[in-house]
Amino acid sequence: MKKGYKWVFLSLVLLFLYLPIVVLAIYSFTDSTSIGVIRNFSLQNYINLFTTPELRNMIIGTFVLALVSATIATILGTLGAIGSFYSKQKTSNAISVMNQIPVINADVVTGFSITILLVVVLKVSKDSFIPLLAGHVTLCAPFVYLAVMPKLIQMDSGLYEVALDLGATPARALRQIVFPQILPGVISGFLLSTTLSLDDYFITTYTKPATFDTISTYVVNATKGSQTSTKTALWALATVIFVLVIVVVLAMNIKALRAQDHK
Amino acid sequence: MRIHFTRKNLGIPYVLFLLIFVVMPLLVLFYFAFTNGSGEFTLTNLTDFFTNPNTLGTLFYSFAIAATTTFFCLILAYPVAYFLATSKLKARSVIIMLFVLPMWINFSLRITALKEILTLIQGNLAFYPFANSVIGMTYDFLPFMILPIYTAIEKLDPALIEAAKDLGAGDKETFLRITLPLSLPGVMSGIAMVFLPSMTNYVVLDMLYNSTFIMGSLISSYFAADNWNGGSMIALILLLIICIFTLLTTTKEEDNKDGGNLL
Repeated sequence: MKKGYKWVFLSLVLLFLYLPIVVLAIYSFTDSTSIGVIRNFSLQNYINLFTTPELRNMIIGTFVLALVSATIATILGTLGAIGSFYSKQKTSNAISVMNQIPVINADVVTGFSITILLVVVLKVSKDSFIPLLAGHVTLCAPFVYLAVMPKLIQMDSGLYEVALDLGATPARALRQIVFPQILPGVISGFLLSTTLSLDDYFITTYTKPATFDTISTYVVNATKGSQTSTKTALWALATVIFVLVIVVVLAMNIKALRAQDHK
Repeated sequence: MRIHFTRKNLGIPYVLFLLIFVVMPLLVLFYFAFTNGSGEFTLTNLTDFFTNPNTLGTLFYSFAIAATTTFFCLILAYPVAYFLATSKLKARSVIIMLFVLPMWINFSLRITALKEILTLIQGNLAFYPFANSVIGMTYDFLPFMILPIYTAIEKLDPALIEAAKDLGAGDKETFLRITLPLSLPGVMSGIAMVFLPSMTNYVVLDMLYNSTFIMGSLISSYFAADNWNGGSMIALILLLIICIFTLLTTTKEEDNKDGGNLL
């Protein structure tokens, strides 16, 4: 195939992926309330985004929820992976199968089933945030397990025995020998958990207290509503997140590229 | 009983967590699906689903949306993945990052952006519910199709392709008999990552002003009506579809990689 066609095709797909968000970003700097209408430059959307208490609380709430659930999920998933790795094959397989259920299951089903158990059967109040947190940890922890497990398999298992022979307690050997070797898996599990929690809509909407919103549930409700000042403030939010993601992803990639060059 | 500190005991909290928040909810789902409001055993939830033309229609409509979305994702993603994975450019790992980067941006914000563009083009989104659903889903899930296919093709040993060429195969024959078959595992996991969410992610439809229903919307409507028994049956049917689909798309190779997981 001709080389030119390739790049035209690649550019068109990129255009499909980026055009909406770039247009939205441009319009977030105007005072227009719908796309296509040409208006004046304005920072009002950004001012609204950061000064409206409702929006600010919603954004802070989303990030607090993501960090708390990711932390719990990382601790549980990492310990789970270590325990499973050192268990008998049969036990380990059973844990892996259970771990796989939320991974392949649809979020709608996961959220719905946790709600039935906690809210309908056990009568736990949604206002306690327990169903919400349980739902988010259930969503994230299996991915931490999956991120840590390969690191355990690749690990040099002899080092742990050597540490014990040299007089380290099992707890100390685990902390100083095993943990540093699986740390990259733990970190990527944590980052993945944070993104999953930030992105989640389905589990959140079924388990959240009525007065609490995350970015996802808030945006979905706002697009149905008619309040235009909130709607356009969300364009500003989309722009901020878009820029943040680009910066973080590019920074990580450049770091990875440099590391490759050094090898 | 005293629990001694051993490495495998570290997994106990996670196993308990999985039992409570993954296994228990599914058991409760089963119970609710086969009982009525007063807790008596019944098959009406099941028979209702298969005799009601609306729910059956929704099932087929979901399949149609998911199949069409998967088709479009595949015909866009395969060439992108193939061109990039076979390109000799050093920057290709950065370019592929551009294609998968959108998946780190909150999906509700991305769909908001898409909605504004589609509204600008079409005027009223209600005219093309099926097309808009497919566009929305393709926009949302395309990166999940590109990444696994790219990884599969990139992993290919270039020596195989050289060998095919040395043995007299043309470009087309090399592609059809070497690259394509060997990239199928990537295609399969891409299909699994696009098809199943397209059956359940009803928020994409909702946000694009769509009044049509997919399987996920059914759960949501039963949830809104506090009909736990009917909702559980839908969730169970969805779970069954997910299991069958996962078994069909999981290749032997992946089984070995995960250490012999069942799913």
